[in-house]
Amino acid sequence: MSAPKSLSEAIADLVRDGDTVALEGFTHLIPFAAGHELIRQRRRDLTLVRMTPDLLYDQMIGMGCARRLVFSYGGNPGVGSLHRFRDAIENGWPHPIEVEEHSHAGMANRFAAAASGLPFAVLRGYRGTDLMRHTRVATIECPFTGEELTAVPALDLDVAVVHAQEADRDGNVQLWGIPGVQKEAVLGARRSLVTVERLVDRLEPRPGGVIIPGWVLDAVAVAPSGAHPSYSLGITERDNDFYKAWDAIARDRDAFLAWMEEHVIAGGGDR
Amino acid sequence: MSAPATAAEVQTIAAARLLREARSVFIGVGRPSTAAILARRLYNPELVLIYESGTIGAKPRHVPLSIGDGELAETADAVVAVPEMFNYWIGPGRIDVAFLGAAQIDRRGNLNSTVIGPYEAPKTRLPGAGGAPEIAASCGEVVVVIPHGRRSFVERLDFRTTVGFGDAPDDRARLGFRGRGPTAVVTDLCLLEPDPETKELTLTELHPQVSVEAVREATGWELRVAAEVRRTAAPEAEELEALRGLSAR
Repeated sequence: MSAPKSLSEAIADLVRDGDTVALEGFTHLIPFAAGHELIRQRRRDLTLVRMTPDLLYDQMIGMGCARRLVFSYGGNPGVGSLHRFRDAIENGWPHPIEVEEHSHAGMANRFAAAASGLPFAVLRGYRGTDLMRHTRVATIECPFTGEELTAVPALDLDVAVVHAQEADRDGNVQLWGIPGVQKEAVLGARRSLVTVERLVDRLEPRPGGVIIPGWVLDAVAVAPSGAHPSYSLGITERDNDFYKAWDAIARDRDAFLAWMEEHVIAGGGDR
Repeated sequence: MSAPATAAEVQTIAAARLLREARSVFIGVGRPSTAAILARRLYNPELVLIYESGTIGAKPRHVPLSIGDGELAETADAVVAVPEMFNYWIGPGRIDVAFLGAAQIDRRGNLNSTVIGPYEAPKTRLPGAGGAPEIAASCGEVVVVIPHGRRSFVERLDFRTTVGFGDAPDDRARLGFRGRGPTAVVTDLCLLEPDPETKELTLTELHPQVSVEAVREATGWELRVAAEVRRTAAPEAEELEALRGLSAR
């Protein structure tokens, strides 16, 4: 890790067309600023990996960044559908996308296997469901007990992007609150970028704090409010009104494109 | 005098009453979440609320919009990463009850939250599995909270996302599941419970002013009705007041 970069420079350096990219954050700390930069830089043919695509992947899918989506729950939590995600799958707009879906337990274990450098992970799951036939899992026998279990393949991630509350000037990162699978994503990917709310001289220990040492990261970029409309516990609050308002914006293709143009394409960029 | 209870309020209160004795409940978003928070408020202050975002022992004062709202993390006894939630807490069967919703349910309590129509070309793409398959396999028991109608109570699921009792009474044992599976389905009309032998969902309790005929009409298969059908106790003023207080922000 070298000194903090600008977000646009970090994205330009680390993410290429066709990459498999995980922008993680489970409801909390979703890296919206980084996703918006990917949209502005017009990355294409990405395989987008996220447990919960959320509004961020709804936006990236609608703006044509995705060739493929790997996920486990594609809804607007507590509100309803992700309309751009649905439009892409149901109607192929703006172009068709491939889908590979799992359960949360399966995805979480795929991240953990990637972080562990293992080819697969094992769990009790998927059995008896139609998911078994429609996704990449396999039944294996426990070599010790003979029990039939389910194997899920490790994720193969080119880049992980996560958001955190703080980094120090050496690029060590601390996040706290709901930790999701951010650490697993960073350790499971070949390249990684962390955006942070703020730089501090010293990371002060926080209850439940997760430290990611700077030496396993490729870049840190400062992006204040970079999780909005998701949140950074202790610094910003989840903008539940925006999550509700998104339903109407995303429902209509033109309204969606106009919103993206105004707020992300024209209105965004390095601050 | 406050307004009489709506069908949705009766449903939420009936679901909440099922948590009087539980130690811990795993909660999905929406009406199941409201019911569990109400149960903790009214009947079971020690009830441990667990959300798949990793918040264990959350104590929300209002119904959160998402399962990852800040209030859940700030009030939780422990906040864990998602792999830990599924591998250390859900998988080993540490949680007593799971409260789940779904778009479709069949007579054996199997659930669909993936697609309406064919998988390869869905008419409606639903959010997908989330945590439900492993939660329903491993939690001690499952309570399904779902609106009652022919669109949701179907003869055949378009996609089996989550196993209730599978295709036969011993399917859960055959699949190696640790939990007992669905013990109740709470709708806005009634409560159904699995027959002890066949595991087929059976009407056992009608909400106030609902008839057996109305439930049959809203069910997409030939409904089994228990020999004696109970009547849900009408919501108490205290229950309604607490519920309305939770929902108002």
